[in-house]
Amino acid sequence: MSASAVIFYVLASIAVLSAAMVIWSRYPVHSALYLVTTFLSVAGIYVLFEAEFVAAVQVLVYAGGIMVLFLFVILLVNLKDTLGPRVRLHATFSSLIGTAVVGLILYVYSQGRVPGSPGAAPMLREGGNLQAIGTSLYREYLLPFEIASVLLLVAMIGTIILARQKT
Amino acid sequence: MDPVLERVIVEAAVKIALVFFVVLTTVAYMTWVERRVSAWIQDRRGPNRVGPFGLLQPLADGIKFLFKEEITPPHVYRPVYLLAPILILVPALLTISVVPFGPALRLFGRDVPLRVADVDNGVLIILAFASMGVYGIALAGWSSNNKYSLMGGLRSSAQLISYELAMGLAIVGILMSAGSLRLSDVVARQAEHGWNVLWQLPGFVVFLTAAFAETNRLPFDLPEAETELVAGYHTEYSGMRFSMFYMAEYANMVTASCLAATLYLGGYHVPGLQRLGLPQNAAAIVQLLAFGIKVAFFLFVYVWVRWTIPRFRYDQLMNLGWKVLLPVALVHIVWVAFIVLMGWA
Repeated sequence: MSASAVIFYVLASIAVLSAAMVIWSRYPVHSALYLVTTFLSVAGIYVLFEAEFVAAVQVLVYAGGIMVLFLFVILLVNLKDTLGPRVRLHATFSSLIGTAVVGLILYVYSQGRVPGSPGAAPMLREGGNLQAIGTSLYREYLLPFEIASVLLLVAMIGTIILARQKT
Repeated sequence: MDPVLERVIVEAAVKIALVFFVVLTTVAYMTWVERRVSAWIQDRRGPNRVGPFGLLQPLADGIKFLFKEEITPPHVYRPVYLLAPILILVPALLTISVVPFGPALRLFGRDVPLRVADVDNGVLIILAFASMGVYGIALAGWSSNNKYSLMGGLRSSAQLISYELAMGLAIVGILMSAGSLRLSDVVARQAEHGWNVLWQLPGFVVFLTAAFAETNRLPFDLPEAETELVAGYHTEYSGMRFSMFYMAEYANMVTASCLAATLYLGGYHVPGLQRLGLPQNAAAIVQLLAFGIKVAFFLFVYVWVRWTIPRFRYDQLMNLGWKVLLPVALVHIVWVAFIVLMGWA
């Protein structure tokens, strides 16, 4: 096995194990910390595939930004209040959706329709990660990109309105 | 092993060890500088008994910390309580790895660039590590199981998130003019077209203010405001673990000063050095020293501001971040974009 394969399997197993611990740990704060570990090891895998830009953004946005807000909520909210019959209903729905998504991924994978990653690496190396992503984002995928940003804006406005109603 | 790979690894290991040594020594001596300068500002003498001018004081402090009893209060949540000081110190030390300290030095017939890693996304990596620093503080506050600690931790997280935004936007101006996220490119561009501070003054002010807030220094040290929160998030820590919080604060100061020097004061660039026609190694050492002087200047400003300006109130801090710095940074981006578009810079 080559060195990069060893590193990959180590990172991947850390990612999968801590993802499992997110579900299994009894304390929400532990779950949050395990989720950060998962994010970080996935970022490591991105670096291994020479996608340093994605790795840096993964750490900056997911591990750094979103998880901190998550942790905030966990630290401040008394989670025992929210447990109840509604949670059970949520759990049923979530498990159904989760199983469906896993099934879909396995189906696509078994059909051999997953595009191979080796083709992408030389393109990334040429002008650096940043340029490759910038060009494809602002040339080929401009419309989806703008739609996604409008979606985020809507979510932000919604949060502000929800927060204002409470006070 | 492949000899080329072996050489690369040895070179990297030596550089990492050197940078680590220099940063930790600077951190130790910053505590001395802080106490001496504060004494000077307040017309006192400061520590002057251990060694000449008290220069051995950091050593004495370190030994004292090692021999102090470490008290773990019974009410803390142990695993996270023990992890938090590490989580705060590691990102603080890691960030320095992408800073270019100088140009290449000619050693043993090869060019050795004076930086640990010259990565494509240097600026992004700095911001990423900066955002990881919040965990140590938030978790230290939470795991201490003490209301003052928790308040300190929460304040600090809110502060970091707010000021990170302004800092990131100020840096966008630099990136637009340099056209690259690589710190050595930023330095090269400033060497060619003049230092960024000359025409990006609003961005510089926003960056510096945000850097003060990011490092939890006065006037933004609300997370550890002793008049209201005892000592904030590190109230329950003692001995070496307490000193790790201290080291992290100073390491963050060193990193922020390195960044300010690199992004706005031309990094290791010395104007007019090329005309002297020095040999490569001599020029490199001069530039290294110039970088050191720039960093030292910012470190002094840190201490100077701390002992001159009183602490903000928490709502003033938030107002300053969101209602002043953020709009200024946004307008600044438009201004830089205009200049770059017109080709004036």
